[in-house]
Amino acid sequence: MTDLARTPLYDLHTALGAKLVPFAGYEMPVQYPLGIMKEHLHTREKAGLFDVSHMGQVILRGADYDTIARAFETLMPVDVLGLKEGRQRYGLFTNGTGGIEDDLMFANRGDHIFVVVNAACKGADIARMREALEPSVTVEEITDRALIALQGPASENVLSALNPGAADMRFMDVATLDLCGSDCWVSRSGYTGEDGFEISVPSDQAETLAKALLEHENVEAIGLGARDSLRLEAGLCLYGHDIDADTSPIEAALSWAIQKVRRSGGAREGGFPGADRILADITDGTGRNRVGLKPQGRAPMREGVTLYAQADGGQPIGKITSGGFGPTVGGPVAMGYVQTDHCETGTRLYGELRGKRQPLEVCALPFTPSNFKR
Amino acid sequence: MKYTEEHEWLLPESDGTVTVGITEHAATQLGDIVFVELPEEGDTVAKGDEIVVIESVKAASDIVAPLDGEIVEVNDALADDPGKVNEDPVGDGWFFKIKPEDPSQMDDYMDEAGYKDMIG
Repeated sequence: MTDLARTPLYDLHTALGAKLVPFAGYEMPVQYPLGIMKEHLHTREKAGLFDVSHMGQVILRGADYDTIARAFETLMPVDVLGLKEGRQRYGLFTNGTGGIEDDLMFANRGDHIFVVVNAACKGADIARMREALEPSVTVEEITDRALIALQGPASENVLSALNPGAADMRFMDVATLDLCGSDCWVSRSGYTGEDGFEISVPSDQAETLAKALLEHENVEAIGLGARDSLRLEAGLCLYGHDIDADTSPIEAALSWAIQKVRRSGGAREGGFPGADRILADITDGTGRNRVGLKPQGRAPMREGVTLYAQADGGQPIGKITSGGFGPTVGGPVAMGYVQTDHCETGTRLYGELRGKRQPLEVCALPFTPSNFKR
Repeated sequence: MKYTEEHEWLLPESDGTVTVGITEHAATQLGDIVFVELPEEGDTVAKGDEIVVIESVKAASDIVAPLDGEIVEVNDALADDPGKVNEDPVGDGWFFKIKPEDPSQMDDYMDEAGYKDMIG
């Protein structure tokens, strides 16, 4: 095994009895003694604490916000300039063929942009940003801060006990809050479909903060296993699975992330990698689309299952890219890519599971209603 | 009771059949079990055939037939309540009963002390 990195919460994971697995070059907790099912349900009912310190934290600085934003817009089909101070937005790095290189969150923090990218992509993302943005914008990787997510309906109550300012934040707001004596960069967001916060905290204070949050009776530590089933039920993409260098944001049903100002006819139309294909996909439609898929039996259908239009014969018309058991749904859930002529909600399809075709139905996402404080 | 290296338990019954399930150790390692696919009653199976599929929240795994023989009964209750395998793996969470073709195949397997040594 190559040398795995550890997050500032490694000792806490061990003390809590976590089962640790290699993930994106880090030793990460996949589950705690509670188990994936109960961790998932606890997060939807109360609140879960997730260590997401493996994700990349980056600060972009320049002469002023406009300078940074205009530069950042050359990498993404997203309205960066129009994002108000103190607000966060979902973004996507695209490539020359209109595929997705990574998805990310970025925030307007006045004189800088704070970016959070996926762990597995962070090296490439930082190189991409340096190449495209420097020298007018500086790209600083933040390596001395941990990232903690607090997710679930009790999150506001839990965090506002440490700083009442947390309760004043709305979905996708960002603020600097004093938590347990350290300056934390807090966003009201996450990746579970629940209300919650993501907290960037100085590494040497991370354990103190995590322990303070875990002291609350409604908070449990939650591993990557439940993080995956939560985001799947919420219909959210996992990079490298549901979206990758070959999927366009339009095929991926992420056109909502491309604001009008960057589309054909918009004031800052195009000007990002792969604009030709992506703007054409918006106008002309795509041959395949990402959809929700509900297996009709009890057997989970996982990533890689081939989809057919008929119970027998015919060519494949799609593939599952994420699938498993949804604890809140109480049954199997999946998503994947399906040819456009088969992707209407309610369409009956068949997935080949252990040599047998089993029925599933195209359904709307998310599987569980989102619960954001807007 | 006998144990296989694949973490199955085999309980010889008075009618000559053998009840098969997975051990508590295996159930714990698999995590929350959400689906169990069992063979059909009347199936003739060979030792080593993959005849049970277990899906946990994490992954799918196969269970092989520990003996040559005929499946004479399966635990249909697992279709609606696969969690029984976690709750009571050596009781209500049993998988199937097999009528062995050659009962001496039972001698290939470990006793409880041997199994405990294996899992440490």
